[in-house]
Amino acid sequence: MTTTTVLDTPATGTLALDLRGLRKSFGTVRAVDGLDLAVRPGEVVAFLGPNGAGKTTTIDMLLGLAEPDEGTVQVLGLEPSAAIAAGRVSAVMQSGGLLKDLTVAETIELTASFFRGTRSPQEVMERAGIADIADRRVGKCSGGQQQRLRFALALLPDPDVIVLDEPTTGMDVEGRRDFWNALRADAARGRTIIFATHYLEEADAYADRIVLVSHGRIVADGSAAQVKSLTAGRVVSASFEGPLDEAALRALPGVQDVEVRRERVLIRTTNSDAVARHLLTATDATDLEIAARGLEDAFLALTTDSIETTGSKA
Amino acid sequence: MTAVAVPVTGARRGPNLTYLTIELRRLLRNRRTIIFTLVMPPVFFLLFGTVDSYKTESVGHANVTAWIMISMALYGALLATTSGGASVSVERAQGWTRQLRLTPLRPATYVATKVAVAMVLGLGAVVVTAAVGMVSGVTGDTSRILASLLLAWLGSSVFAAFGLFMGYLLPSENVMQILGPVLALLSFAGGLFMPLGDGVFATIAQFVPTYGLAEIVRAPITDDGVSVWAIVNVVTWGIVFVVGAAWRFRRDTARV
Repeated sequence: MTTTTVLDTPATGTLALDLRGLRKSFGTVRAVDGLDLAVRPGEVVAFLGPNGAGKTTTIDMLLGLAEPDEGTVQVLGLEPSAAIAAGRVSAVMQSGGLLKDLTVAETIELTASFFRGTRSPQEVMERAGIADIADRRVGKCSGGQQQRLRFALALLPDPDVIVLDEPTTGMDVEGRRDFWNALRADAARGRTIIFATHYLEEADAYADRIVLVSHGRIVADGSAAQVKSLTAGRVVSASFEGPLDEAALRALPGVQDVEVRRERVLIRTTNSDAVARHLLTATDATDLEIAARGLEDAFLALTTDSIETTGSKA
Repeated sequence: MTAVAVPVTGARRGPNLTYLTIELRRLLRNRRTIIFTLVMPPVFFLLFGTVDSYKTESVGHANVTAWIMISMALYGALLATTSGGASVSVERAQGWTRQLRLTPLRPATYVATKVAVAMVLGLGAVVVTAAVGMVSGVTGDTSRILASLLLAWLGSSVFAAFGLFMGYLLPSENVMQILGPVLALLSFAGGLFMPLGDGVFATIAQFVPTYGLAEIVRAPITDDGVSVWAIVNVVTWGIVFVVGAAWRFRRDTARV
């Protein structure tokens, strides 16, 4: 086998991440249920989904921390454990993983000692924005500072791929902004980045591509604009007495879904005006409300069979 | 395959001195560990071992004060190695061992480092207790006393395995709050703090993990010799602890 040192780009044609037919259950719970994902080198991908969608389980499998029940995972054409041992993929986990009685600099020095050849501790501290707190004990650092320390650790082996699992959970607004600024500055260097989040705004602001996951499956995959359009509609709800003609509601323009919850009807639509006009003029509905659709609602809509997955397969 | 990207980084080979140094530094920062392993045993020795009559009474090749000093040195070493091994429980609780799995560090290197640090702390306990003893009335055959101290240190490695086993078994963040009293109890029951005589306690003692070590460690300064039971006791418990630690360690590092 001939070998060449490749510093910047992986061998041509190798996907940064290649997940095929992944399945993973815990007891009777299907955490990941047939997930396929291909990420090209240099992409910044948001893994967006509500809590319990299977994001963390997927990340554990692509880092080799968990074994899939079915399917395969390749990172840069390698087994996850091999990619980690080679320092080609690193991760920023949600919480924990730091020794509170070490200083920031010691944590970096120690982690560097596990690898053969890394970036200099000073360099990664500067890039993560923690050079000024090098001598602080980890236990005395704020959540945001700890997260930037985790990010500095992830930068040490100068990996081709960085995986982040809900990196800003529990951070205040300022910490969140500092963290993303540090990450964005780094992404400009052509690294492949995949991050899990349940904030649409984060995915929209920092990713080139958004992959929506729900119930362990990818329900949409496309650019930020495409995914955002999924949440563009509104929900019209109203109380009613007596019988309600659901078919008439479904026939209205723009209506995607009609749901009856006891004496209240919820209509998901892209044309809320038409629905409101109909309810107020043609029925005896009362207490009408019109609300913007949130991400949770988009997920619900995407996972029902009533509509097709609208995002394009990138 | 024609061109394969070769990592610029990768796994290191051999022992990791940086890790060892940083671990020792952490140890010195932990005031509770220092007090329990380096201060308490010599203090116990001074309290219980320096009665005037003990200084004049002989156990064979040294005085009773030496007998108690050696027992306390062993007790300190057991506490030290147990707490060194058990520190894996804190690191599991803090998610550090999981973080380590995202680095090329081999799990075996991690455990070896933990054991090495535990043994350094154990050596500290033995040396401090001996130093205090030597200036507080210990008399006898110096080379035999040194042999006892060396055996105390080496023998405490059995309890490094015990600490690891418990550290992987118990989920608690403060596993030493359980193991400290357990060790004190085992030391009493195993005849480490006082001779057991011939009663029912002496019979029970033969099955206690500290029993064999206590007898072997004191053998150089007494003329009692080492019974087969003592050796069987140490070897059996050693195997139990090592197998237990290895079993839990494998479970801990297995992919789920």
